[in-house]
Amino acid sequence: MELLGHLADGFGTSLMPLNLLIVFLGVTAGLFIGAMPGLGSVNGVAIVLPLTFIVPPSSAIILLAAIYYGAMYGGAISSILLGIPGASTAVATTFDGRPMAQQGKAGLALITAAVASFVGGTISVLLFTLFATPLADVALAFGPAEEFALVLLAFMTFVGLGGDDVLKTIIMICLGLALSTVGLDLISGQPRLIFFDLPGFYSGISFLVLAIGVYGIGEILYTIETQKTAPSVTPARLTFRELGYGIKEINKLWKTMSLGSALGFFVGMLPAAGATPAALMSYGIAKLTTKTPERFGKGAIEGVAAPETANNAASTGSLLPMLTLGIPGSPTTALLLGGMVMWGLVPGPMLFIEQPDFVWGLISSLYTANLAAVLVNLALIPLFVWALRMPFTVLCALVFVLCLVGGFAPSQKLHDVWLIVAFGVGGYILRKADYPMAPLVLALVLGPLMEKSFRQTLISEQGNVLAFVERPLSGTFIALSAAFLLLPLIKHLKRLTGRVPSAAK
Amino acid sequence: MGYIFTRRTLMALAASTTLIGAAPALAEDWSPQKPVEMVIMAGQGGGADRLARLFQSIIQQENLSKMPILPVNKGGGSGAEALRYLKDKGGDNHTIMATLNSYYTTPLRTDIGVNIEDFTPIARMALDTFVLWVNADSDIQTLDDYVAAVKESGGTWKMGGTGTGQEDSLVTAMLEKEFDIKVTYVPFKGGGDVAKNLVGGHIDSSVNNPSEALGFYQAGKLRPIAALTPERIEVFPDTPTMTELGHGLVYWMQRSFVAPKDMDPAAVAYYTDMFEKLAASEEWQTYTTEKALMADFLTGEALQAYFLEERDKHADLLGSMGEGS
Repeated sequence: MELLGHLADGFGTSLMPLNLLIVFLGVTAGLFIGAMPGLGSVNGVAIVLPLTFIVPPSSAIILLAAIYYGAMYGGAISSILLGIPGASTAVATTFDGRPMAQQGKAGLALITAAVASFVGGTISVLLFTLFATPLADVALAFGPAEEFALVLLAFMTFVGLGGDDVLKTIIMICLGLALSTVGLDLISGQPRLIFFDLPGFYSGISFLVLAIGVYGIGEILYTIETQKTAPSVTPARLTFRELGYGIKEINKLWKTMSLGSALGFFVGMLPAAGATPAALMSYGIAKLTTKTPERFGKGAIEGVAAPETANNAASTGSLLPMLTLGIPGSPTTALLLGGMVMWGLVPGPMLFIEQPDFVWGLISSLYTANLAAVLVNLALIPLFVWALRMPFTVLCALVFVLCLVGGFAPSQKLHDVWLIVAFGVGGYILRKADYPMAPLVLALVLGPLMEKSFRQTLISEQGNVLAFVERPLSGTFIALSAAFLLLPLIKHLKRLTGRVPSAAK
Repeated sequence: MGYIFTRRTLMALAASTTLIGAAPALAEDWSPQKPVEMVIMAGQGGGADRLARLFQSIIQQENLSKMPILPVNKGGGSGAEALRYLKDKGGDNHTIMATLNSYYTTPLRTDIGVNIEDFTPIARMALDTFVLWVNADSDIQTLDDYVAAVKESGGTWKMGGTGTGQEDSLVTAMLEKEFDIKVTYVPFKGGGDVAKNLVGGHIDSSVNNPSEALGFYQAGKLRPIAALTPERIEVFPDTPTMTELGHGLVYWMQRSFVAPKDMDPAAVAYYTDMFEKLAASEEWQTYTTEKALMADFLTGEALQAYFLEERDKHADLLGSMGEGS
């Protein structure tokens, strides 16, 4: 009951006209920032952060949270429309979102993404409201061994459920991991794989550069070759009837969405893990629990809903360790943390006790931000769909420019632009040979975390590899990983024995 | 009339030209034309990060800069990523870097082609302190308990800290030498990560800066054992110093700002002036007392001399660690 009282107080803050206006402005800005390949929630929050001094801290954090939320919604838009994930969290959304757009169902895919994001956001905020304080202890139980096991599990969901050629998936993961070691070693500080002694490699290869290269440039090359003059996307339209149909379709997805939300929230809550593995694992689980896994990757609506619920849920989850422990779960929450320090608030175990107004104002604003984001998003979908009706020749050039600008903007190094072009050509060739791109990109994102936690565990356990299995949490994850790895093998065996009439089924 | 007017104008013009010509180094002559990038040599959430972001907030609140300051974390490889980055920014007037002691130790340990003598010193803001911490659930209450527990563990005692060769590992090496103990040093990305892992029981002790562990200390999750300062720290009045326990261990962490090579002297003057105003601000004064920092402002040539002297000291320290890396 005390909880409800706090929440009611919080709504008193977040429903003030100024704060409501801020929420709408924030989600709209966030939506566009997230929709641009190359710009994500990190950039959005960073740009706006200095402006927040003109409003009181509780309004300021509401603005930042609204942008964060809006950008998480927006990330799906470029994934679906262009096939370029604007952020690593939206990689899994391309798997089915892009095929849906190509089948002329861009509108339905966007609606699904918006509604799924809303459901994911709302369920996770509810979980947050109820369990914020006790769950902080769960985040503490996560040491390096657990981090490693979790990342391993994210990779193995991929291998086991990828459906693509397992060997090729593993090869691409290895290639991605190799690319992730470029730059300076986290632990010893030694430079590694500095090709041709180019200084640009010292800061490593960023996710954006690789993703824009293989998805953006690679996709353009591939489309030019396969489609020649035909438009890449069937012109899509959106009417209210379609909206109604969409909502009816989405209504069937409750199981996928609630699973995705819970999973996203818990994975997002763990410091350092964040929304990327959450979205990926949610996709994998949706595929595992469906009766028709063969539709996945070819435009299955669940394939859009699952990662989108999870990544939004994870973005809420990652606020938890930031508020309760002062440990940011993602680069964006790190910026939010910086903002709080600026306003003289000390994130950490004492925040809930010393600053209840602030904390509950923020939590209640997550409810309003979520609602605002889904409304703004649905209202703007016709605009996004309209953009797709541009002639391919125009769209293609536009995407190309967006890719190069988006790759140059964050680091302002020409080095990255050349890398994008190189990755684009390389990605195109690999795609022609039927190598999946997603494992490559995700390995690059998760590789540094995996390596760091692996080495930390080995150092602290005096080189004892069994430490990963002996700890209950990490042991469970490792066992699950092993199961996923063996899944394709079991399927294969089943198929062999399936010819015998008495076999299972 | 017309004649006088023209003459006056001419005089005024002449006077202003002289002024401009005479004082090229005045801070007013140069101001940033675009947002200023503040490179942070450490990962998110650690002491260096929080402090840099605090500086940014004070600068913004007090309107000390005409353009926003954007913090960028480049904590990879014990700050080597940041050093390399600053080196590539030679002549840039819109980049400054928040440093810590890895400013000297990282180039000493690894050949990354960076010579800190090339960089332009701006201002030293403070000296940070170190405290030995254990989890509040542990039985260790005193330094003697601690030394006994580490000895008993036979080398498996897990000391967490920032990257190998960075401050925390140097302090650890100092402890090992002084007390004749051996620990397993586990490097993490930042001090915030270390504190969290100590609370979660994944490591056995740390030498966090007070600001990194303060939140957990106030929540009763961490226990300070001894401070590596000459005098007791105000916020931990009951925590003895190593010195008073008979072990002359003192180690500071400098918190300064530097700029790339060949920054325009007018820009250097602008930033120096900005940090001087910051150092005088009330927020900064309060923060230093609350977070157990020693505010100790230093600029220009004197700061460069300090950097080079500290680099020599750390070269000796690293040399005596020998097998350290």
